[in-house]
Amino acid sequence: MEYSETVMDHFMNPRNVGVIEDADGVGKKGNPVCGDLMEIFIKVEDERIVDIKFRTFGCGAAIATSSMATEMVKGKTLDEAEELTNRAVAQALGGLPPIKMHCSNLAADAIHTAIADYRRRHNEHKGL
Amino acid sequence: MEKPAKVIYLDHAATTAVDPRVVEAMYPYWSERYGNASSIYSLGREAAKAMEDARKTVADILHCEPQEVIFTSCGSESDNLALRGVAFAQRHRGKGRHIITTAIEHHAIGHTCEQLEKYFDFEVTYLPVDQYAMVDPDDVRRAIRKDTILISVMAANNEVGTIQPIAEIGKIAREHGIPFHTDAVQAGGTLPLDVNELQVDLLSLSAHKFYGPKGVGMLYVRKGTPLLPIQTGGGHERQRRAGTENVAGIVGLATALKLAYDHAAENNSRITALREQLIQGVLERIPDAQLTGHPSQRLPNSASFVFKYIEGESILLHLDALGICASSGSACSSGSLEPSHVLLAMGIPPEIAHGSLRLTLGRENTEEDVNYVLEVLPGIVEKLRMMSPLYQKQ
Repeated sequence: MEYSETVMDHFMNPRNVGVIEDADGVGKKGNPVCGDLMEIFIKVEDERIVDIKFRTFGCGAAIATSSMATEMVKGKTLDEAEELTNRAVAQALGGLPPIKMHCSNLAADAIHTAIADYRRRHNEHKGL
Repeated sequence: MEKPAKVIYLDHAATTAVDPRVVEAMYPYWSERYGNASSIYSLGREAAKAMEDARKTVADILHCEPQEVIFTSCGSESDNLALRGVAFAQRHRGKGRHIITTAIEHHAIGHTCEQLEKYFDFEVTYLPVDQYAMVDPDDVRRAIRKDTILISVMAANNEVGTIQPIAEIGKIAREHGIPFHTDAVQAGGTLPLDVNELQVDLLSLSAHKFYGPKGVGMLYVRKGTPLLPIQTGGGHERQRRAGTENVAGIVGLATALKLAYDHAAENNSRITALREQLIQGVLERIPDAQLTGHPSQRLPNSASFVFKYIEGESILLHLDALGICASSGSACSSGSLEPSHVLLAMGIPPEIAHGSLRLTLGRENTEEDVNYVLEVLPGIVEKLRMMSPLYQKQ
């Protein structure tokens, strides 16, 4: 099993690591029992992701996909970010070993969960 | 931290470099003395002589007869031959279909047992272990039934280094007249292999674990032990393992085994000291770290840990980037979805078992190597924890 250079770059120097304390949306995906857990925090302004951070427990692929996915949606509108797929993240990384495609490639799902969380909070706020 | 010029190899439980003296001993048997050991002419006789000398060397170390040594292609083949060979022969004689083994065996034993159960109608008892991965001989005694035909317990565990009470279990097996196999692949080269002291009837070894070549192993089979060959063909190895013998490999195995036991005492004490330094250093410098395996009854070279809140493969990748070769029992590094069956059997929760690291020392390692690991590992663990959602910095 071998990781691409891009995977190794994002693993060794992950972008957007951390927590946003006053996040507008939070998404969690995975299960520590299975060895992968991702947490995504987003800050939204005018339906656009203006800041995004992640924390991940997992293997090289889990960390690299988290880093890449956050890069891919930063600055994008929520609708655009919702289009992101796990497969697109893997492609942007130059591919992942087959065994990693399912278990460790959850970052896009975590972002979708964070967006759903934002929309739920936002709608509640508007009293909808 | 500057990456060192050389690779620091701390994965000797995976494999070892072939000792140059072993390479030298093997060398003539590739292109010069290439005869088939079954041939009658001098070239063949030379090969046969080299092989029989090797068999004698091995037999002296195991305190057995040369004809009780079967050369194989690897440790896994030896384990397969032991299990299938005895199981099928015993059942053919109407002795029964119950096998006793443990929950922490190497897959060469574990997966073979699973197949014997699923496709060949054997029944297997997998004995539990305690928190240190130690098997209780009393559990073996209690598991024995009238139809028990074979007991197989590893000499030392490959993942956590725990040394099993083989002689005690051997005594119990002998009292009941049940053939007893031990997978000594990880113990070979360091622990005593006297088959009479250990009271074993079958014992597996693999050359590449003790500075010999890959592709050659052996199985000791005590005279009188029922064994059906699993690879049939010519009459090699006294009808017990067909196939033209790997003469160079066999010479390599014997040379490596002899070198290992000629210097076992001094190597073991030096490496044990390094291991203790490594274990103490890691436990002192890294919070929420736990030694896995038995604190004292462990292989001289084996230091294994779990680190809470992080995953093993990530640790390995960071170590590799700094020139350190190590291994882990995490799901990701084993290419499966489950973390190590050994750590789970010891009662370690799966989310913690994912954070395992195994460092296994060898002859060429020095105190500088240990110090370097102790210098870089805490930073790696801290970096990964800082990005882990499971971690709350105290």
